[in-house]
Amino acid sequence: MVEEKLEYWRWTESSHVDSDRDWRDARVITLGIDVGSVSTEAVVCLDGELYAYNTIRTGANSPDSANLAMEGVFAKTGLTLEDIHYTVGTGYGRVNIPFADKAITEIACHGRGAHYMGGPTIRTILDMGGQDCKVIHINELGKVTNFLMNDKCAAGTGRGMEVIADLLEVPVTEIGERSFDIDEEPPAVSDICVVFAKSEAMARLKEGWSKNKVIAAYCRAMSERVCSLINRIGVEEDFIITGGIAKNIGVARRIESILGVKARETTFDSQIAGALGAALFAYTLVTKKNKG
Amino acid sequence: MIAHYGYKDAQGEFYITIDTGKCVDCEGKPCIKACPGSVFIEEEDPYGDEVVAVDDLKRKKIMYECAPCKPTRDRPPLPCVVACPHGALSHSW
Repeated sequence: MVEEKLEYWRWTESSHVDSDRDWRDARVITLGIDVGSVSTEAVVCLDGELYAYNTIRTGANSPDSANLAMEGVFAKTGLTLEDIHYTVGTGYGRVNIPFADKAITEIACHGRGAHYMGGPTIRTILDMGGQDCKVIHINELGKVTNFLMNDKCAAGTGRGMEVIADLLEVPVTEIGERSFDIDEEPPAVSDICVVFAKSEAMARLKEGWSKNKVIAAYCRAMSERVCSLINRIGVEEDFIITGGIAKNIGVARRIESILGVKARETTFDSQIAGALGAALFAYTLVTKKNKG
Repeated sequence: MIAHYGYKDAQGEFYITIDTGKCVDCEGKPCIKACPGSVFIEEEDPYGDEVVAVDDLKRKKIMYECAPCKPTRDRPPLPCVVACPHGALSHSW
């Protein structure tokens, strides 16, 4: 009998439609697609306001992932591509989205999306993506003034967390809560490399550490690594964390503790910031074109 | 916009910082030609300005791409930094 292997890294895909609004009443309907290394998001905005979104796991092929994310949001809203006035693509796969009218960098889109999600007082954004980590400063208009991106090493990214989830056989969605179920905060494991961190985590388990203690040590390592990046360009309040790792309170709370800054709470799904920014850029481009 | 291109890994921090606001009115963008490794490109930023950026293909290899200009014993002026008339470029070394 073949034993079924559970996928502990599998995070929850999500979708949402604002049922109080009808897209048929909108003057401008825009679509933002963020094809990231791990997740792909599609966001629809009506007249520059968030209406619907869909997040899926990115497959091997960017166009297929973009199509699937878009079809997911269309299936829930009844929209078709013909109803969309403008589409902006962003993320790693932004140049490979066949139905996009324009590609804009994820730095600018995350800045714009986080500005919408957190409000005009947001000045520092930490985006913890699947395989990169970005620190972005924006002004009161959501325009990027300073950014730093670390996309070479998986330490401090969602993929690193997935590796640890699989190693410890703990669902990635439970890691944040479990990292606080410990007697005292352990020292961090290696924050330099996911491979080193994984082997160090295995060594700690063999020494008799509980899974929760190892999780806490990894969350600590990830937080310290990310904070060293943030400190390179500094943190200005208000501060917001976006990306999948923002949902992991084990990392988010530790980052707040190290920085001494509380992150802005938001009701939006932290993973949609890039696609939301893309849809908002699309709205600006359409309105500029109409005025011109 | 201050753009930090590069990375931090087990071997250290390797960032090139560009103050792209100073690139907008820079005639000819001489840093691009000055770099023997062709690390820099001219591109339109998301706000419509023509600025200098580090080539996508080089961002993860800055340690190696910039190594020929960075001897191990001292820190001579780098060709790209010298070529920039506005002091917009710096390296973390």
